[in-house]
Amino acid sequence: MTCLPSQSGKKLGLVIDLDTCVGCQACVTACKEWNTGGHMAPLTDIDPYGGHVDGVWFNRVHSYEHTTEMGGRTVNFPRSCLHCETPACVTVCPTGASYKRASDGIVLIDEDKCIGCKLCSWACPYGAREFDTDVGVMKKCTLCVDRIYNDNLAEEDRVPACVAACPTSARHFGDLGDPLSAVSQLVAERGGVDLMPELGYHPTNKYLPPRAHTTRAASVAAPALEPVRAEGGFLGWVDRMLSN
Amino acid sequence: MHPAFSVVFFTTATGAGYGLLALLGVLGGFQIIPPDLWLGFIGLGLALGLIAAGLLSSTGHLGRPERAWRAFSQWRSSWLSREGVASVITFIPAGLFGIGWIFFGRTNGWVAIAGLLATCGAVVTVCTTGMIYASLKPIAQWHSRFTLPGYLIFSAMTGSVLMNALLQGFALGSKVLLAACLLLTMLGWGWKLATWRYNDRLEIATNANTATGLAGGTVRSLEWPHTEENYLLKEMGFRIARKHSARLREITQLLAFALPVLLLVAAFALPWPFAAVVSVIAAMAQFAGMLVERWLFFAEAKHTITLYYGC
Repeated sequence: MTCLPSQSGKKLGLVIDLDTCVGCQACVTACKEWNTGGHMAPLTDIDPYGGHVDGVWFNRVHSYEHTTEMGGRTVNFPRSCLHCETPACVTVCPTGASYKRASDGIVLIDEDKCIGCKLCSWACPYGAREFDTDVGVMKKCTLCVDRIYNDNLAEEDRVPACVAACPTSARHFGDLGDPLSAVSQLVAERGGVDLMPELGYHPTNKYLPPRAHTTRAASVAAPALEPVRAEGGFLGWVDRMLSN
Repeated sequence: MHPAFSVVFFTTATGAGYGLLALLGVLGGFQIIPPDLWLGFIGLGLALGLIAAGLLSSTGHLGRPERAWRAFSQWRSSWLSREGVASVITFIPAGLFGIGWIFFGRTNGWVAIAGLLATCGAVVTVCTTGMIYASLKPIAQWHSRFTLPGYLIFSAMTGSVLMNALLQGFALGSKVLLAACLLLTMLGWGWKLATWRYNDRLEIATNANTATGLAGGTVRSLEWPHTEENYLLKEMGFRIARKHSARLREITQLLAFALPVLLLVAAFALPWPFAAVVSVIAAMAQFAGMLVERWLFFAEAKHTITLYYGC
């Protein structure tokens, strides 16, 4: 049923730190690697070695230049499904293939019911859904539902592949419905924001804005060297000879 | 938005088809037009043919058309599902109406009731189609108060101009219907101009700042995540040059509104069969013009995903 379920209060999602993301694409490739054999497999690649490469990815990292009065900076911006609280991609689905789980809020697609009408991708403002032209169905981030509850993995590996791969710990996974969880605390502390809040989708994933610029220069430089004084003696003679 | 021909043809054809069906239901049901065999056969054949061709065309863009039956299940939440249900249900009274008219040669009694129910079904179906687009928040040009009335007006307009061509062809044309066609075409023209004016002045609260969560200043796309066009850009990143858009708007106005108005005015003055010939040309020109209009409806619609790509 594509009507939204009443929620249990648990809201699993990601917190992405735009301050520390270095745009290395490790989360992108880790996501692709896991998910091309996971719940929504395969993540089809069309013409992978040709001139018109195309394919399904759940996670894409953009780079932006953010310029304010305080100066400019490069911001790397990972974009994936935000597992919204009011996901229009689910309610527009005519077949019931798209659904939001009551137990943890993850938005998923039942591939066997999808007719590939693409309306859900029109309804998503974030571009989180990508159509697989090979299989003829829509695909999207599963929040690695096949990892996070997977008893066959070691406890510390039961996080989404993108989170496990991030070398700068810019990606955090947890329950954003619990105000005491580590991710909720992080969002509160760093002023995490929703993307396009004006559209009213109430995304679960939060983005931590880059930390403020500082006008205070770091005191790491050594004192300036004093100019070489013209001296007499041997060194003075060397100096004069070299200066000629 | 990418203007897929299957969807452009679908909305234009079903719009005209449901408009014609609605008018046949009302005019037949209230005995305003005679239950003539060939009028019923060609009229209902044309209406249901346009609807069926449109619906079949729309399944052409599905990734898995063999599962299309599943689309009837989610009518509680999805306008697309509601459209599917309404379109199929409408075939029942429309079919009974056609059987009564063509095989029993009558449009009164139970046939009249079937005709009026077909009219209601047609109106409901057009509303559901309009709401599919009007309900999409990421596309500001569609998520506006102009979209739903636009679908209803254009359906009534193209349906009545088709109805006029049909009746004129049977030498049953009436000044009242001609006047209605003229009024609806003028209304459609005015509505389209108002819609374009609204869209051209649209100030959208969503921008690159709110899309990325980076407050203040400017956010410029430095690098895309991929070197080639992906699904998102192919499907939702469609852009049309301003000069082409202006030229296509002129073509729309000429074919869909100006030419039909001139031809319908001429039909007032001309005797049969010349009135019939110009009426048929008016309907064909308007259909072609509405295909261009619907192409622009997609091509000029901007999805919020384009903000992430700096376009």
